[in-house]
Amino acid sequence: MIAQHLPALQVVVPLLSAPLCLLLNRARVAWLLSTAASWVALVIAVLLLQQVLATGTLSYELGGWAAPWGIEYRLDPVNAFVLVIVAGIGSVVMPFAATSVVHEIAAEHRVLFYTTYLLCLAGLLGIAITGDAFNLFVFLEISSLSSYIMISLGRDRRALTASYQYLIMGTIGATFILIGVGLLYMMTGTLNMLDLAQRIPSVADTRTVRVALAFLTVGISIKLALFPLHLWLPNAYVYAPSVVTAFLAATATKVAVYMLLRFLFTVFGAELSFEAMVMHLVLLPLALLAVFSASVVAIYQDNLKRMLAYSSVAQIGYIILGISFASVTGVTAGILHLFNHALMKGALFLALGCVFYRLGSVQLRDIAGLGRRMPWTFAAIVIGGLSLIGVPLTVGFISKWYLVLAALEGGLWWVAVLVLLGSLLAVAYIWRVVEVAFFQPAPRNAPSQEAPLTLLLPTWALIGANVYFGINTELTVGVAHRAAEWLIGGGG
Amino acid sequence: MKHHLVLRVVAKLLIPLILLFALYVQFHGDYGPGGGFQAGVIFGAGFILYALVFGVDTATAVARPPVVRVCVALGLLLFSGVGVVSLLLGGRYLDYSVLADDPVRGQHLGILLIELGVGITVAAVMVTIFFAFAGRERA
Repeated sequence: MIAQHLPALQVVVPLLSAPLCLLLNRARVAWLLSTAASWVALVIAVLLLQQVLATGTLSYELGGWAAPWGIEYRLDPVNAFVLVIVAGIGSVVMPFAATSVVHEIAAEHRVLFYTTYLLCLAGLLGIAITGDAFNLFVFLEISSLSSYIMISLGRDRRALTASYQYLIMGTIGATFILIGVGLLYMMTGTLNMLDLAQRIPSVADTRTVRVALAFLTVGISIKLALFPLHLWLPNAYVYAPSVVTAFLAATATKVAVYMLLRFLFTVFGAELSFEAMVMHLVLLPLALLAVFSASVVAIYQDNLKRMLAYSSVAQIGYIILGISFASVTGVTAGILHLFNHALMKGALFLALGCVFYRLGSVQLRDIAGLGRRMPWTFAAIVIGGLSLIGVPLTVGFISKWYLVLAALEGGLWWVAVLVLLGSLLAVAYIWRVVEVAFFQPAPRNAPSQEAPLTLLLPTWALIGANVYFGINTELTVGVAHRAAEWLIGGGG
Repeated sequence: MKHHLVLRVVAKLLIPLILLFALYVQFHGDYGPGGGFQAGVIFGAGFILYALVFGVDTATAVARPPVVRVCVALGLLLFSGVGVVSLLLGGRYLDYSVLADDPVRGQHLGILLIELGVGITVAAVMVTIFFAFAGRERA
């Protein structure tokens, strides 16, 4: 009986835990509840993915109202995979939070932190699972508003301006998305994505539908921090508490990429998006610009969190690059990198959380010589960095491999060359960290202790996943390939 | 507190009416324009008017912040709780038809409860936001 309600429970479990956290009003209890809710969400997500891979799509009608009138939760290989990513990262980040939050978030704000985290998780899972365009906007607002709050909880007062900047940009993005959805509603009279997909072709030649596509693309691009709309991202990541940075970097932008995939391929269809509207001519240059400009900027950063934030902008460029090929291999590469980048950035930001816990700083000059004093933490940073570069036996290599493959398949050999050149830039900024941490002498008053085990274990769990999925690619490539075929095939 | 006599008398007269009107909008939402969100805002506005005229300290004595905070959570809990109950009774999430013997009465009960949840949370959030801004200088 419970199995048929899993799609609803996926969102309801974290959503219901959030007010409970606030009512119980104890940080420790709130932590336990958030961890339990994240793990339950992961179990549900994995069960749903299994079910979808075995039987195809799953549909759940909320309140018993049939689609397209009621709100429908609709699962296919694409969003089932995204659900696993989001819930998985949440489940790893929460154990890390126990120690890190006590250190980084003021006592009176801890319960609020767990409450907003749960709301954010519910929102992100909701965006992924829903089959209704307006419901997607509502969940987007739930997740965005709670992420602004989480970012503002950082101890540094600049967290407030960073959060405010993100709030303004995020609201502009969300408004654009709402205008796009509104225009589509005006033309088709429906909000259900599947229904939209069937009705749009008959009105595809109108200016309204094209403007809707433009509004949606720009709005979502702000949310996923596509160059040059990424300016909110570095500050938000730098001043947010470590846990929040790790969670948001690994999930929020990924869910936004999923929205782009959903609208371009399912709602509008590849034919309209890429043939009539030549979306690839917009996305491909922006993706390449993102890779190069952000990677170069990352090389010159002295704050490690800011360096990784710019690297995130570059990595999002790779994801969008894959999508812009609009071929099965290209979209496979994009979805694969979605998963892989969540693993690397999650792991790296958690490792920086370990550094911050001992040092109270993530400036490059402060980590001099710490490679030997905190061997596990810095080993994690090195492996995560290798994965970011794309060295074989890590997940980064798998993504790059499929990207290059997709570029060659599309006859764009120069893009393949640029992807490899982009990886060299990643070598440059990762090497700076390695050099300072391992080859410079430590100052006398440097901390000599390794980070506590409660922080190291979650970090290494993600590092382990980086290596595991870099060697055993059957699961990730298999699912990504099916998801890509689903999207290109129109997802009927 | 000696000055603004007219304001205070008028506010005293108006506040009960505002709260009553909020309840009307809340519970008449099934039949006419209205519902939990509007009612919550009106209800919250009653408290905010009270705080503006009689001072934030007097207002926090009436609506104590810890209680308001509980109300914020309670409304959402009521809303999603109704959904869970309908799940347990064998329906879909938020399917009100299973809440009573008769589907029509079930629908009626369901919408009443979730709108009440919306109303409680919205009113409590309005008051919380006002207190947060009004109490900023002292904090």
